[in-house]
Amino acid sequence: MHYHKPQTFEDAIKIAATAQGVTRFLAGGTDVLVQLRAGIVTPDTLIDLKLIPGVRDIVREADGGWTIGIAVSGAELGRHAALVAEWPGVVEGMNLVGSTQVQGRATLAGNLCNGSPAADSVPGLVAAGATVSVVGPNGTRKLAVENIPASPGRTHLQPGEIVAAIHLPPRGVNGGDAYLRFIPRTEMDIAVVGCAISLTLDGDKIATARVALGAVAPKVILVAEAAAALIGTTLDDHAVSALQAAATAAAQPITDRRGTVEFRKDVTAVLAARTARIAYARAKGEAK
Amino acid sequence: MAKDERTTEFRLIGTRPNRPDGLDKVTGRARYGADMTLPGMLFAAVVRSPHAHARILKIDASAALALEGVKAVVTRADFPTGLTGEDWNLQENSMAGDVALYDGHAVAAVAATSRLLAEDAAKLIKVDYEVLPHVIDVDDAIRPDAPVVRTGAADHSVPAGAPPNVVKCVDFGHGDIEAGFAAADLVREQTYKTEATHQGYIEPHACVAQLGADGKGEMWVCTQGQWYIRRMCAAVLGIDASGLRVTPSEIGGGFGGKTIIFMEPLALALSRKAGGRPVKLVMSRSDVLRATGPTASASMDVKLGMTKDGKLTAAKVNFRMQGGAFLGASPVGEALSCALACYDIPAVQHDGVEVLANRPKAAAYRAPGSPMAAFAVESLLDEMCHELGLDPLDVRLKNAVHEGVKASYGPTYAKIGLVEVLEATKAHPNLLAKLGPNQGRGIASGFWFNHGGETSVSLAIGEDGTVTVSAGTPDIGGSRASLALMVAETLGIEYEAVRVNIVETGALGVNEPSHGSRATFATGKAAVEAARQAIGEMCRRAAKEWGIEEEAVVWKDGAAMPAGPNAGKFPPMTIAEIGAKMGGTGGPISGHHETNAEGVGASFGAHVVDVEVDPETGRTTILRYLVVQDAGRAIHPAYVEGQYQGGAVQGIGWALNEEYVYGANGRLQNAVFLDYRIPVASDLPMIDTVIVEVPNPGHPYGVRGVGETGITPPLPAIANAVAMATGARIRSLPLSPPKVLAAIKAKGRG
Repeated sequence: MHYHKPQTFEDAIKIAATAQGVTRFLAGGTDVLVQLRAGIVTPDTLIDLKLIPGVRDIVREADGGWTIGIAVSGAELGRHAALVAEWPGVVEGMNLVGSTQVQGRATLAGNLCNGSPAADSVPGLVAAGATVSVVGPNGTRKLAVENIPASPGRTHLQPGEIVAAIHLPPRGVNGGDAYLRFIPRTEMDIAVVGCAISLTLDGDKIATARVALGAVAPKVILVAEAAAALIGTTLDDHAVSALQAAATAAAQPITDRRGTVEFRKDVTAVLAARTARIAYARAKGEAK
Repeated sequence: MAKDERTTEFRLIGTRPNRPDGLDKVTGRARYGADMTLPGMLFAAVVRSPHAHARILKIDASAALALEGVKAVVTRADFPTGLTGEDWNLQENSMAGDVALYDGHAVAAVAATSRLLAEDAAKLIKVDYEVLPHVIDVDDAIRPDAPVVRTGAADHSVPAGAPPNVVKCVDFGHGDIEAGFAAADLVREQTYKTEATHQGYIEPHACVAQLGADGKGEMWVCTQGQWYIRRMCAAVLGIDASGLRVTPSEIGGGFGGKTIIFMEPLALALSRKAGGRPVKLVMSRSDVLRATGPTASASMDVKLGMTKDGKLTAAKVNFRMQGGAFLGASPVGEALSCALACYDIPAVQHDGVEVLANRPKAAAYRAPGSPMAAFAVESLLDEMCHELGLDPLDVRLKNAVHEGVKASYGPTYAKIGLVEVLEATKAHPNLLAKLGPNQGRGIASGFWFNHGGETSVSLAIGEDGTVTVSAGTPDIGGSRASLALMVAETLGIEYEAVRVNIVETGALGVNEPSHGSRATFATGKAAVEAARQAIGEMCRRAAKEWGIEEEAVVWKDGAAMPAGPNAGKFPPMTIAEIGAKMGGTGGPISGHHETNAEGVGASFGAHVVDVEVDPETGRTTILRYLVVQDAGRAIHPAYVEGQYQGGAVQGIGWALNEEYVYGANGRLQNAVFLDYRIPVASDLPMIDTVIVEVPNPGHPYGVRGVGETGITPPLPAIANAVAMATGARIRSLPLSPPKVLAAIKAKGRG
């Protein structure tokens, strides 16, 4: 196995372009190293991106949005007061990943590129309308987060492409987001269902909304019908029921060791309602 | 009242000094199974069957052996033939013969100069299989047309014409069962099911083994019983038991699962084949879950008769258990014996069968059989109490066994403490806590026999009067602390002046493992006898020096002294003074005792749990948990409380989320802790404990043994609480959210 520590993304791209066999990029390593030790993936080339200048930074952009470096850990994200205040749903999703020790290493970019449909940080990013900068041998492109995952363990990144940064849009006023997941225990578990909702209010009415679901399809999904059920409402019981129906209809879960189809559909409806209420309360400034 | 606030007749018993192994464990200095390294050591990896049931057609290790640094490959061909009974079972389980019997069954092992190399070499060993039909579920396995796991495995108890996987039948009982049910106002019968669970010890199995062509060898191993390991390995390898010296490492949990061998003979066989170089073999967590002993899965019928005022009149239980592909691995006998042991019932009948399935060979797990049995019996008892409008705690008290009652499993109880336990439970403030919506309270009793067993202990007085105890029972639950307390109490010296070592197989006569909650009871009893023997010798030394009769010397407060004014006027001779001059007064002073320890006292417990169930997701949260149990005597109360809490927590895991999940192909789907869901710390409240002390007359300080009873009530206590919280009675474990939610929805439709 060859281990590289490039100082720039350009160098990283060059190394990846000439590498033979299986290549893996290393940020926090909480998936790559675990898979290596378990014998699931043994890379021929391991390219460590942590030493590239700027990848540990969280930067406020001129438009009020944020750029988050690909090696920012969950713990660093959770201690960034301004980011937590604006995007609590994004941060709480990331902070549910693994243990305290894992939080010291795990990253948003890694959680995204691992390609798990149950990735806890991805629904929050999708609901937030986050985008990523992708660099590669054919230049740079910007992609919506929901366009990165393809299927379990796979992404739409081309060979040699690297996620170089994550961008959150400006939160603006009267906005709120939230993420909830269901696990049988209290921590150290994989989402059986995950749901993230981001919305903005015009008075008491929901002006815009995005709803994302995790662990109920081959990838994290953005559910436009669920958002439509919310927009223009005050999150009354009728709107919540419509949200639940749309979310449940969009869910295409499987039965596996973590839950059944029926259970995942039921819990999708439950989490959609609960998440919407938290996001709504946050948008009104009634909850943190 | 906390035990450290209690005034007793004892100076040290019942206090909470620092544990002797504490500093080593918190500083990382304690040496566990995988911590041993020897010069020239090789590393082993094991090739395991990916099939639940498959004929092994061919094993080709040539590519592995061609790798530089690969020193040996072993298969079943490297082991002797002609073994019978449990020796054959152990050999077959260590390394498959013609047929792999479960997913994870070892089929070959390789030793190489590094761990990575060994793992690479294992991948190069090519095994050709012919996949055979398999069976996993206990009720499926008992069907007459089930795939046959192994022919000819049944023992003499099985009648002709029984289904092919039935290998053992048990039945016993007493009283007029028909008359008993006829006398009842309410008779109910239900079927219950529990899944297999793993002990979940934090330390995977690990050993370093060395064996020469002369049949002489050594092993450093994480085990609950070094002599068991020695005997079993010797039998499997065809060497003399005394040719093998086994040293137990520090142990990171066992719960019964480390009383037998799994991969240890493979390390020895590899060493022998590699010219006697030491071989280290460490299991991964997946290896542990796939190939070491879980407990059995069970399918159980219970029928109870009760009068309208709550008196049990008759009970009938019929249990079916699978413990993998080997006769004798399931604890069906123990389960039957424990099922009704808490209650004084005029007529009882027990029937059970053991069934083979394509699953790993079950090992003991904390009160083997008793938790499943309690789940069935205590659940039905709870249902009947509710149906008759009776208080479940009062009903248990009304039927509770006590001294002089004939136990459901045969013998007559000596002094026991179930009544005292139930009364202490009734008085506890947790029972007054108000329950909110979606909350429920569950109560259950539990029982374990406890055990004596073969025990040998030595004790030596040092030149400075400090004392070394050599014990043969590995310290899995605080036995070094409790032995030091009992020895120091007996000798009249300080706790810190006693060091307890867990010694290798050459240092003592045969000891059974630390199992059956026996270490503090049996090793403690022998250690007290050894101390008394040393006291006798120290008194003789003093008598000799003082020139008085031996009978005129007594031992008090750590010193020999004249029995009274008539014996003579001499200042006390302390243990330090006697030790300092023992070389000149007759040589070393020691005590030794060996026994098949008798006088075992059973331990009873009662648990009360409050839960809240999310009606929309079926997820259960433990709000409050109370353990009340009779310890006989709590030698070191903090350890006793730890045992109570540990048993409760393992039971909570078993009740709520732990299970072996198999795919249609018979492969274990959740062989990692991510998906084999033992409780995490944040899942649990502080577990409240009450230590009841009804001393066991069979032990010098009243010890009963406390390790196992604590896991027996949680399964039904939680099921009873969930039933109260949801109104839905679930008769199979685990009470995982999908199952609970489905039950809530079914009730809503009902």
